[in-house]
Amino acid sequence: MDVIIHVISGILMIAGGILMLISAIGVLRFPDLFTRMHAAGINDTLGAGLVLLGLLLVSGWTLATVKLIMIIGLFYFTSPVSTHALAQAALSDGEQPELPSQSEQSNLL
Amino acid sequence: MMIAASILILSAMVLMLIRARMGPTVYDRILAVNMFGSATVVLIAVHCYLFDQPDFLDIALLYSLINFLGTIAVVKFVTFSRTKVHTPVDDIGDL
Repeated sequence: MDVIIHVISGILMIAGGILMLISAIGVLRFPDLFTRMHAAGINDTLGAGLVLLGLLLVSGWTLATVKLIMIIGLFYFTSPVSTHALAQAALSDGEQPELPSQSEQSNLL
Repeated sequence: MMIAASILILSAMVLMLIRARMGPTVYDRILAVNMFGSATVVLIAVHCYLFDQPDFLDIALLYSLINFLGTIAVVKFVTFSRTKVHTPVDDIGDL
């Protein structure tokens, strides 16, 4: 039973790490600020969430579990707020999202 | 497993730093640094279990708060900075 929990926890942590890597690659390669915010949202919620969930399974029923749940809850509440504030500030500063008709992808239609 | 997760998170952090250096606007840089802070929190939590130090979880909890407040403070500072030449398109007032 312990081995199963450790294996599942390891799979969750590696999946979370891979998702954080995918999110970082997305932020590096996306063309526009607002599309990059889409990629950045994966980092805080799924990426950190899965890794911390993996740590949660290993720690059992101790005080560390409560602290990990608090960290996950903090991420889920504060990450959308900071993304929203950033997007609102960018829009008020005049940064327009790049619409499909303005880029070269419209040639595919 | 935890060492593999640490290596994955560290490589992701390097890519975020590249975006922080490269971003054409200041908002790209704020986004990249916010992501970097969140990845730091996860890295500290993983190292709590790697090095068997139970105090690191408190540090991770505190740093997630500091990261969020820092991002909001920098966004507010950039929005109401007096060095802007043009007027804002949409008047959002004080946050």
